Amino acid sequence: MGGSEHDDGRNGKTPSAVVGDVDDFWAQALVDVPRETYVLRLYVVGNSPRSRGAIRNVRKLCDEHLAGRFDLEVHDLNQEPWLARDAQIVAAPTLVRERPLPVQRIIGSLSDIERVLVGLGVSPNPAVDP
Amino acid sequence: MDTYESKTPVGETITKSTNVLQKVPTGIKGFDEITVGGLPRGRTTLVCGSAGAGKTLFALEFLVRGATEHGEPGVFIAFEETAVELTQSVASLGFDLDGLVASKKLAIDYVHVERSEILETGDYDLNGLFVRLEYAIASVGAKRVVIDSLETLFSALGNEGILRSEFRRLFRWLKDRGVTAIITGERGDGTLTRHGIEEYVSDCVILLEQRVHERFATRYLRVVKYRGTMHGTNEYPFLIHAGGISVVPVTSLGLTHIASDERMSTGVPRLDAMLGGKGIFRGSSVLISGTPGTGKSSLAAHAVQSACRRGERCLYFAFEESQGQFVRNMRSIGVDLKPWLDQGRLQFHASRPTLFGLEMHLANIHRLVEAFDPSVVVIDPVTNFEMVATNAEVRAMLMRLVDFLKSRGITAVFTSLTAGSGALEETDVGISSLMDTWLLVQFLEGSGERNRGLYVLKSRGMSHSNQVREFHLGSHGIDLLDVYVGPAGVLTGSARQTQEAKERADAIARQQEMDRKQRDLARKRAQIEAQILALRAEFEAEEQEVMAILEQDKRRELVLGRDREQMARLRQADPNKQQNGGGAG
Repeated sequence: MGGSEHDDGRNGKTPSAVVGDVDDFWAQALVDVPRETYVLRLYVVGNSPRSRGAIRNVRKLCDEHLAGRFDLEVHDLNQEPWLARDAQIVAAPTLVRERPLPVQRIIGSLSDIERVLVGLGVSPNPAVDP
Repeated sequence: MDTYESKTPVGETITKSTNVLQKVPTGIKGFDEITVGGLPRGRTTLVCGSAGAGKTLFALEFLVRGATEHGEPGVFIAFEETAVELTQSVASLGFDLDGLVASKKLAIDYVHVERSEILETGDYDLNGLFVRLEYAIASVGAKRVVIDSLETLFSALGNEGILRSEFRRLFRWLKDRGVTAIITGERGDGTLTRHGIEEYVSDCVILLEQRVHERFATRYLRVVKYRGTMHGTNEYPFLIHAGGISVVPVTSLGLTHIASDERMSTGVPRLDAMLGGKGIFRGSSVLISGTPGTGKSSLAAHAVQSACRRGERCLYFAFEESQGQFVRNMRSIGVDLKPWLDQGRLQFHASRPTLFGLEMHLANIHRLVEAFDPSVVVIDPVTNFEMVATNAEVRAMLMRLVDFLKSRGITAVFTSLTAGSGALEETDVGISSLMDTWLLVQFLEGSGERNRGLYVLKSRGMSHSNQVREFHLGSHGIDLLDVYVGPAGVLTGSARQTQEAKERADAIARQQEMDRKQRDLARKRAQIEAQILALRAEFEAEEQEVMAILEQDKRRELVLGRDREQMARLRQADPNKQQNGGGAG
């Protein structure tokens, strides 16, 4: 249901620590983090207005604020009920940020974009009007 | 639109169901008796209680028993423990959750909700949980569902309004699914659950509690509400032991046991004689009370020995002496229990009452009685239980124990230690009303010594003796002796012996006196008879003399006559004269 399909979309750039150059290591790390791909999974139940709203909101958010560095999958738990268990879903809709760690869950219709961005730890794209 | 909306309008389930509320046996020992059949089928039951009250275990046992004994698979939705933790924590109770999961009789779903990971934006529902429930139910074909504990969601999700409406939907959904469900809830301050879950559960609410008395914790279960059916309303103590939960119903057995007409010996022939000549009724309860050292255990040991001799089985619970000590002590009064122990007719269980709480003791006794199936059970002494519980609790426990033993036709012998001072008959009144036969062994003090006296205070259904008997413990066992009852009161021991000796001496003296009088009489008779004989002899002698004289006279007369005739013949002078009579001489 949309979103880029490539698996485990991290950029694979693991910072290599140079012995005796700790400062450089941290500097490098700080530069690397924002570039990490956001692995997002949206779980909805059924084709309800709430589900549709959530899907719309998360797509908009990704396109506007995470362009090029997100991996979004949307799952309908009615079709794949086992995922509810595997992903520890209780409420619907639930947006799970699997990467970067720690795992963060945002539940609700995701209508408040700014709040969602805070929850995801994404700095808003200044080019887009909220 | 929404898959998990209730499909049946409100009210329809009620009219659809049959008139009689169907029940699902939980398989939890004793609980099905209290609720007359178990939990309401197809309904949701709230099990609430404070932390550690046994909610999770209760719910889990409901599932395990359902899966193993009633062919009803179950689903456990765990909010608080992971499946692994859950499996480990109940493995000691003999529940093999892994095995049940593997054989598709049980599904465990651990729901992890962590507030720090969750951010709420806008509207949501609990459809995720519904999906998981539905999926878990479908995966094993579950008939039973446990959610432990829903209230965790309140701390993880902030929107109480949404949660409440979703809970309402959840309970209705569970009802529609026709599964029998248990929801657990943490006890709140003044309310049954912290977040008021009970308002959604209208059918059945069970409260579990744990209270500590004198450092001993006892768990209690109460059916707060059970709509549409009768149920026990009391607080029932329950236990968690090696086989799961045991609820011990106080009155579930009621007073319906059959009374046996058979009598059995107490092992002391004289005591049997006091009890209407035939001993106690089989299946009755006997209380032996007395001050320390009066021989209560010895009496009980006699009953045990006599039962073992008849080939019956006995179970002896000792709370004061160890087996070795008891056997040794009883041997000293001529009661050898060792052969019966060796033959397995007698089982001895010695423990301190403080080892565990009252309920644990009761369950322990239940279990051992069920396993051994004895005909006589001895509890020695019951008063020691007061160390671990209040009098009222001990009484309630004994009532249950007596009911239990009576329902199985087991003769129960209880010994009861009464304090050295005070009215002996008052201290025991509490439990004595439960007993059919009450023997009191008491020290009778006097003349510088103490002797044991045995009374039969009561014995239902027989004409028992009202006499005090002196109770004597010798090397060959118990002897009951008559006491001396005289103008000076009851005499026992050496006083009785003195009195008896005195009486014996008196009796001998009296006997001697009587003998003497008789001898006197005999002598007198002999004397008189001798006199009679002498007189008679005198008389006879006189008589003989007189007779002899008379004879002589007669003979002389005869001779004279003859002489005269001869002379006349010689004279022949005047025969006429002679003929005329007499000659003129």
